[in-house]
Amino acid sequence: MNNPDLTSVAQASFTDSGPAKISANKVSVYYGEKKAIDEVSIDIHTKYVTAFIGPSGCGKSTFLRTLNRMNDTIPSARVDGEILLDGDDIYRSKMDVVQLRARVGMVFQKPNPFPKSIYENIAYGPKIHGIAESKGDLDGIVEQSLRRAGLWEEVKDRLSDSGTALSGGQQQRLCIARAIAVDPEVILMDEPCSALDPIATARIEELIDELRGRYAIVIVTHSMQQAARVSQRTAFFHLGNLVEYGRTGDIFTNPREERTKDYITGRYG
Amino acid sequence: MSPAIFVLLAIGLGLVGWLAARSRAWAFATANAASGGGRVRLHSLPSYHGWYVALWAFIPAIVFVMIWNAISPHLVMQAILADPAAAQLPEFGITRDTVLAEALAVASGNANGVFNPLATPLVEPATAAMQRYAIIGVIVTILIGFTGGILAFLRLKPDFTARTRVERAVMMILLLASLVAILTTFGILASLVFETIRFFGMVNPIDFLFGTHWSPDPMRDPAYADGADYGALPLFWGTIYIGAIIAMIVAIPLGLMSAIYLTQYANSTFRKWMKPLLEILAGVPTVVYGYFAALTVAPFIRDVAKSAGIASASSESAIAAGLVMGVMIIPFVSSMADDSIAAVPSAMRDGSLAMGATKSETIRRVLVPAALPGIVAGVMLAISRAIGETMIVVMAAGAAANLTANPFESMTTVTYQIVAMLTGEGSFDHPATLSAFALGMVLFIVTLALNFIALRVVKRYREAYE
Ligand SMILES: Nc1ncnc2c1ncn2[C@@H]1O[C@H](COP(=O)(O)OP(=O)(O)O)[C@@H](O)[C@H]1O
Ligand SMILES: [Mg+2]
Repeated sequence: MNNPDLTSVAQASFTDSGPAKISANKVSVYYGEKKAIDEVSIDIHTKYVTAFIGPSGCGKSTFLRTLNRMNDTIPSARVDGEILLDGDDIYRSKMDVVQLRARVGMVFQKPNPFPKSIYENIAYGPKIHGIAESKGDLDGIVEQSLRRAGLWEEVKDRLSDSGTALSGGQQQRLCIARAIAVDPEVILMDEPCSALDPIATARIEELIDELRGRYAIVIVTHSMQQAARVSQRTAFFHLGNLVEYGRTGDIFTNPREERTKDYITGRYG
Repeated sequence: MSPAIFVLLAIGLGLVGWLAARSRAWAFATANAASGGGRVRLHSLPSYHGWYVALWAFIPAIVFVMIWNAISPHLVMQAILADPAAAQLPEFGITRDTVLAEALAVASGNANGVFNPLATPLVEPATAAMQRYAIIGVIVTILIGFTGGILAFLRLKPDFTARTRVERAVMMILLLASLVAILTTFGILASLVFETIRFFGMVNPIDFLFGTHWSPDPMRDPAYADGADYGALPLFWGTIYIGAIIAMIVAIPLGLMSAIYLTQYANSTFRKWMKPLLEILAGVPTVVYGYFAALTVAPFIRDVAKSAGIASASSESAIAAGLVMGVMIIPFVSSMADDSIAAVPSAMRDGSLAMGATKSETIRRVLVPAALPGIVAGVMLAISRAIGETMIVVMAAGAAANLTANPFESMTTVTYQIVAMLTGEGSFDHPATLSAFALGMVLFIVTLALNFIALRVVKRYREAYE
């Protein structure tokens, strides 16, 4: 990194946001021989939306996926460094990945509801984690999750319809509802609106803003307008490096790094 | 004269046409240049002119060759029978046929001498007739090929659209090739229908489909054919019990589990070796499975059953045939299941894993349900294969038409009985023999329906993920 004391600078400026929910320390990710992330350190706070921006291929998704160990599903991927969730290293050998992923939920780029009913989609997580005590409990969780995802009014009369029959935007909100049904602490979103039209996008952005109060949200986006609209913290990645991390307002109006400024002003990307 | 010579003749005509037409096209192209002008631009390359004429010389000639091949033996036969020596022949029967066959064999040089003295005087006229018709055939072939070629040749011009026409001819040839398989199927079906109708003229279809007693007697006078002996229900039951129940109890779980292991757990090296290996297993001739079933599995099962106190256990048992058939079918189920599971988008799997599901939960709750239509279709195709399977049941299941649920007893199947009836002593118009066609018809309809439904399901399922 060309700015070794960046992290301390960034953290120092966030004294108002309490202890970090997730704290990454010199995290590097390799795909086979190829290094995709180079010693990234960053703190992520709860009740804030953190946006990862940067040109495509710079490693945003790769880094995001280290936070819930989804990189484990890629045989060639290897992670170095330390990632603490509430102070616990999630890469320690005794870590229960299943528990971790219940605490750190994920929403993907393309809506990926299961080919099951709307109800079963939401009930999936609570069932496998044994969260619901009874059918009534489960019904409650399903309703609450759909309400929080702003989908309840639209689907309450057709919970037994297939989740794949919904529109793209509804499917993505269903996926968000599915993720919050297991009551996670962090929600990771990888370009959640890139497959959606502007109206559906606006709906998801509102939703992210509503959800912010309960969770730490990390959103990868290639749209700087979106980052500016929904996030309070922005991290700019370039070629596997975290170039700059700060308050969204500062990053967009007053970036410290030349590369950030070039990107923000559309010089490349 | 052998048909190969005729074919070579047609090819030769085509070749001549090709060469002539191509050089003519070259001549078009260069004639102008020779007299000082630029080269003429042909509509089509010279070789297309060549192909055009070659096709016109070859195709009519080869069509004639095929027709001639079919009718010339009859013409030869008529010529022989018209000879005074043929008056000595017996009116009907095997002797008459063998004598004629001997005379023809000697005349065509396939045999050196005759057995039956009656054939000797016929050799001479047979030789003469064969030669005569061979010469006629050659001359007509050449005439037709030439006429076709010349007519086509005369049409050549610099702007002749040979290329387009050859393209059309290529399409027609490809179409014909694809029609062969379809027409054959229709031919088979037609003969099946025809013989089945004859059978049902003698035996009531209701008796056949729902009767429970099967013991056709090919030696019995057909006038007394009794519907009561043609109840095929025990055969249908045996077929379903062995092919769709016992075999599937083996094949579905093992095939599914192997597919899950291969797609989800195996590393790529293992998968690379294992998939082709399974496919080879599907190519093992079924007769090999058959003697494994008959010589190893069946006696073993009988001994085990006997020692367990099952007195009815027979050395030919439904369970032996079914088990081995199940093993034979595993590759079909596993390969279809493998394809369907692999076709489930990885986003589905990632979505489940990201919810904190374990690998096996993901497989059980997301992947297999999502792949289910494809898996079901695979099972249906496997069943249709199993019920049409013949060798294993011929060797291991037995001939006794028992209507029982006891898997240790001998049972028979539709395919077994088709073989038995067709190779039996009955004459071709005896209901016992004809019953083979009715059985074949039932099998054909059931397999067709299974395959049809399975393919529809697979198609709908593919669309769902595209
Ligand atoms: N599964 C993978 N195997 C190998 N290389 C990968 C894989 N996924 C991503 N990469 C590489 O890692 C780099 C970062 O990719 P990614 O994290 O997807 O970038 P972004 O999300 O910022 O567009 C890219 O160069 C990409 O080619
Ligand atoms: Mg990405």
